[in-house]
Amino acid sequence: MKIGLFIPCYIDAFFPQVGIATLELLQRLGHQVECPRGQTCCGQPMANSGDQHASSETEAHFAACFRDYETIVGPSGSCVHHIRYHLDACEQTPEVVRVRKAVRELIEFLHDDLQNPPLPPVEFPHKVGLHNSCAAVRGLRQEQPSEIAAAPRYSKSQDLLKQVKGLQIVPMDRPDECCGFGGSFSVTDEAVSSKMGLDRSSDFLRHGAEYIASGDMSCLIHLRGIIERQKMPLKVVHIAQILNGGPFA
Amino acid sequence: MSLWQSEASRPVEPEAAAARFINDPKHEETHDRLVWGMRTKRDQAASLLPHWEELREVASQVKEHTLTHLDQYLQQFENNALANGVKVHWARDAAEHNNTVLRIFEEHGVKLVIKSKSMLQEECGMTEFLIAHGITVRESDLGERIQQLSKERPSHIVVPSIHKLRTDIAELFAEHLHTDPHNSDPHYLAEAMRNDARPQFLAADAAMTGANFAVAETGGIVVCTNEGNADIGATVPSLLVSSIGIEKLIPRASDLGLFLRLLSRSALGPPMTQYTTHLHRPRPGTELHFVLVDNKRSERLASPDFWHVLKCIRCGACMNTCPVYRRSGGLAYGATYSGPIGIILDPGFDHRKYRELPFHSSLCGSCTEVCPVKIDISNQIYKWRRVIASEGLLPAIKGAGLPVLGDVLAHPAVFHAAEAIGIASIAHLPHKVLDNPLNPWTRHREMPGAPSQTFHAWYEKEGKKHE
Amino acid sequence: MSEPVGTSARDEIISRVRNALPRPPVPLPGIELSGGQKSVKGGLGYHHNLTDLEEVQGFPEPGEPLAPYFQKQLAAMGGQSFLVSGYGEARAKIAELFPEAKVVCSVVPEIPGTRQVTPGQRSQDMHDVDVAVLRSRLGVAEAGAIWLSDADLVVPSLGVLAQHLVVLLSPDAIVPTLHEAYDGRFHLPAHAYSLFMAGPSATGDIEGVIIHGAQGARSLTVLLVSS
Repeated sequence: MKIGLFIPCYIDAFFPQVGIATLELLQRLGHQVECPRGQTCCGQPMANSGDQHASSETEAHFAACFRDYETIVGPSGSCVHHIRYHLDACEQTPEVVRVRKAVRELIEFLHDDLQNPPLPPVEFPHKVGLHNSCAAVRGLRQEQPSEIAAAPRYSKSQDLLKQVKGLQIVPMDRPDECCGFGGSFSVTDEAVSSKMGLDRSSDFLRHGAEYIASGDMSCLIHLRGIIERQKMPLKVVHIAQILNGGPFA
Repeated sequence: MSLWQSEASRPVEPEAAAARFINDPKHEETHDRLVWGMRTKRDQAASLLPHWEELREVASQVKEHTLTHLDQYLQQFENNALANGVKVHWARDAAEHNNTVLRIFEEHGVKLVIKSKSMLQEECGMTEFLIAHGITVRESDLGERIQQLSKERPSHIVVPSIHKLRTDIAELFAEHLHTDPHNSDPHYLAEAMRNDARPQFLAADAAMTGANFAVAETGGIVVCTNEGNADIGATVPSLLVSSIGIEKLIPRASDLGLFLRLLSRSALGPPMTQYTTHLHRPRPGTELHFVLVDNKRSERLASPDFWHVLKCIRCGACMNTCPVYRRSGGLAYGATYSGPIGIILDPGFDHRKYRELPFHSSLCGSCTEVCPVKIDISNQIYKWRRVIASEGLLPAIKGAGLPVLGDVLAHPAVFHAAEAIGIASIAHLPHKVLDNPLNPWTRHREMPGAPSQTFHAWYEKEGKKHE
Repeated sequence: MSEPVGTSARDEIISRVRNALPRPPVPLPGIELSGGQKSVKGGLGYHHNLTDLEEVQGFPEPGEPLAPYFQKQLAAMGGQSFLVSGYGEARAKIAELFPEAKVVCSVVPEIPGTRQVTPGQRSQDMHDVDVAVLRSRLGVAEAGAIWLSDADLVVPSLGVLAQHLVVLLSPDAIVPTLHEAYDGRFHLPAHAYSLFMAGPSATGDIEGVIIHGAQGARSLTVLLVSS
């Protein structure tokens, strides 16, 4: 399958290793992966502030960059959630509609489209706090939200991580409470955002986690900022990096 | 503009208020723990009913059915209430509600009123209005009375004083009830309130309640309390006035089984409130009045994006689960309604005054999942942001940078240039330049590190080889 | 029959509402739960963070007696209950529970009190009642709740001004859930005032600490009389 690789703006800028891990993983699973050159951003930062006018050009540009791909995969629950449900500031041409439907988030792509394929053997012998973003859990339904009182419990990321040797997932007091990033919320509502991040990190630490793993680097930028300020013995890692065996730095 | 008017319409600042609340760890951490406890009890209660998710779906549909036929149900309700001997009044807005209530009380020479909880009466500013006209209004619910004595609005619609520590309440009661300021045992304090309240209950000229549900088929209302304070009001004085939002209608008595099974479990966990009170006709020798209130409800009904908010049964589950509410306290919202339901209701009363409320959310979506009537709260929060932005009401801190950001992100060359500048700044600027008061990020967080190259730079060199 | 007051406000509101009705209209769903069963079988949930949930007994199967589950739920709500085999045992139980009660108002002829309750009395006259003895005709197992109407209370304020309530209930008058309770067992408009009570008056307004006897009854005792 030829895949258009979507690299979120903040991964391009600050976490290229996550993009590299995603590219390599998909290639090792036998797919042809291309990364359209002109891509920038999905438009979420402006759209989440309600400013449709400011986000429309970026959104149109995104759709144009990916118009030639039948499958688009990106390592970010929040970006894919935005594209699928909220990328409507730009004109909804047939091309835009098609691109929106073609976008897959990495975890759901591996679990649903590729049906949890055998991965190249990989180990990560650490205690891991699994932080699935709110976009991944409640938006994309990658995991049963803790609020829902109906069988069955499921978690796509946990299913994928079962293949990783030595990896132990730690329990939590509050399984899927928001980490507090929320995009510009992290700056405009800083006190609440930071307290939420501190509480979340503390929950992981209390249960013996060494790493916090997530499918969303946006949550991890925020948590890592808090962890480093507080000098907590925790590191952050994207699930793509674990599944691919790196790169970590 | 007079000082009072400018104060009244000045936009509320929930972020600043929340920061102050968090700055007081004992209050914030107790509040967060207690209110999360209510969410946990809801989870336990929900898990004991295998059909919980179906109950939510059916309740949502019953409410949607009622709202899409509301004119018929309102008329049916009124006809039945009148046939039962109830006096029915209609109020288009808060002012008309307050004047109607005042007129009823003046006609009966009422001087002392005891009232049970009503968010609608809060919304209308009724108590201040009646007091200004020389009528004493006493809250009968313990939490509401605590708030009344504190001159604060309720901070949570089910447990109005949950933001207070017992020591705060001990101090408050020492001042107003002459209790021992050093005794903060909740049993002692509640007993003191019981003894203080009872003589006034017996002496009251009139009582008021709100309504959880108004049943069209029977023409009566249902009021749910844990203290039984609505029952005191309903059975002791000889005049009872109940304020009913027009969205409270449900079709049949049998629908009560459905909603009552969801209400208390969603709010606090138990299968029912201690008291579920049905009021249908005046007791012999007394009068019962219903005041049906619009106050922008019909306006909300007309909005395709926002009419689902009218399904709300005021359980408070959204507040309990909201990570932002639990760390802010309800008073931070500066409005009648707080928490997630508040940030989609309050802007409807005043776009400008409440313009910041839809941003006091990380859009985590937990509220939507716990709502017993499946209001798409998180989605409505998102849509309110569009309304605020499109009306040019975004405060400068949020609004000014967005068009610039939009221009940067829409153009690859500009985007990569900005990346280069940003990364270089992080890599080379001294720590204390980045970590400055104008950069909120760094108050409690380190900046992200600067990578050796961007992904697209890597891809240009290495990635292309694999295409 | 009263006349409606404020007709112009009424007409305007109904007209606003009619013009605002969302479309398309939503039909009224039935309240059949899946499997056609209205009553609900309980059991432990699967929710993974309920590590401190005690084992919950399953809800009774159809045909099984409901009284034990009713009693358990009532206790969880802060009430208490006893099985008694007749009025003699009921009288003895009340005397045992409230030996110091001075004013006992009973509306149950077989249980004498110290003071009569008659429909003509003022509501405030109930202010000094220590114990009220009442009879309920309907209990709800899922909540340990009992139904009382103004007719059952004789003077409605008795239920809320008495310090302690004792309510007689036949175990055969218990239904499984609120769905059954609201399914035509009483005619709501016939009663000015009627209620379900699930335990005594309670509040959690002070730091979430549960307190019984907040404003209404300090205690609720249900005597399940089988005879």
